[in-house]
Amino acid sequence: MLQFLSLFNTIFNDAPQPWQLGFQDSAAPGFTGIVTLHNTIGFYLIVICFSVFWALFSIIYYYNTNKNPIAHKYLTHGTVVELVWTITPALILIAIAFPSFRLLYLMDEVISPTLTIKAVGHQWYWSYELSDGCYRFDSYMLPESDLELGQFRLLDVDNKLIVPVDCHIRLIVTGADVIHSYAVPSLGLKLDAVPGRLNQVSFLVERTGTFYGQCSEICGVWHGFMPIAIEAVSTPQFLIMGR
Amino acid sequence: MSESAETTSKYVLQTVGFDARFPNTNQTRNCFQNYTDYFKCITAKGEDFAPCKQFKKAYNSLCPNEWISKWDDQRENGTFPASLEP
Ligand SMILES: [Cu+2]
Repeated sequence: MLQFLSLFNTIFNDAPQPWQLGFQDSAAPGFTGIVTLHNTIGFYLIVICFSVFWALFSIIYYYNTNKNPIAHKYLTHGTVVELVWTITPALILIAIAFPSFRLLYLMDEVISPTLTIKAVGHQWYWSYELSDGCYRFDSYMLPESDLELGQFRLLDVDNKLIVPVDCHIRLIVTGADVIHSYAVPSLGLKLDAVPGRLNQVSFLVERTGTFYGQCSEICGVWHGFMPIAIEAVSTPQFLIMGR
Repeated sequence: MSESAETTSKYVLQTVGFDARFPNTNQTRNCFQNYTDYFKCITAKGEDFAPCKQFKKAYNSLCPNEWISKWDDQRENGTFPASLEP
C-alpha cells in the first residue's frame, strides 16, 4: 500500500537467499493470505508456549518435594482445572480451523479466468502450452556454464513462462511420466503434477517481476534441476509479446 | 498507449469459463467430457454447426496436446474408450 503512495520505495525479494529463514515477498493475494495466517497462528503459538511452560516450570519449582514435604490430600484431582485445560485447547483449535478453511476455500475458487496455461512436468523439465495449445515450449534449467551475471544458479531457465499481471490465470498441471509438483512460493502455488490427471489452480500476479520455484515432488535423479521461472509483465506488454 | 489499444482490439484474451459441473481441483473429467461432447456434437449436427465450436475451444484450453493427439489416434483406430454416438 505504502509504495503506491510513493512514500517508500520497496525492493522486493523475489528469489530465495542463502540461509533464508523467512518467506519470499508475496506477489499474489493467495500467498499474502498464507503468510498472514502463518503469522497470526505463530503469534498465538508463542503466547501459548510461554504460558504453558511458565505454568509447568513454576509448578515444578514451587511445589517440589523439598519445598512441600507434606502432600496436600486433595491435590491429585481437580475437575475445574481439567475442564479448563480440555475445553480451552479445543476452542483454540476451532479458532485456527476457521480462518484456515476460509483461506483454503478462497484459494480453491476459480474466478472467471482470462487465460489458461497448461504446465506439464517431464523428467526433467517443464513444458508449457498456451493459447489453447497453439503455442508450446519447453523450459529447461540453465546449466552453470551458461549463466550470465545476475542469473540464479539452479533457478533460471532458458524459456521463462510469461504471464500478464492483474489477470486471473487458470493453471492446469499434469505430469507426462512420473509425479512432479509445480511450486512457486511467492505466488502461493504448489500443485502436484500427476500423470493422467489434470489439477487446476487459479492465481493472480499483483506486480511485475520474475518469480522462481522448483519441482517439489521427488521425481528422479535430476529432480533438483527442473526449476520454474515465471515472468510477470503488464497486460499490454503481454499482448505485444504474444504477437 | 495507442499501440496497446490497437493490440487489445486485435487480440482477444479469453478462455473457457468456470464450469459448475467441475468445481474441484481435479479437471480431468472436464477435459474428457468436452472432448467427447465435441465429437458427439459434430456427428449429430455436422462439422459447421457453430455451437459445437464451444466444446472444441474448451477441450483445447483444458486438455494437454499430448492427450488430444492420443485420443485422435484412438478415434481413427476405433479404440477410443467411450461412445461418440450422440
Ligand atoms: Cu519433477
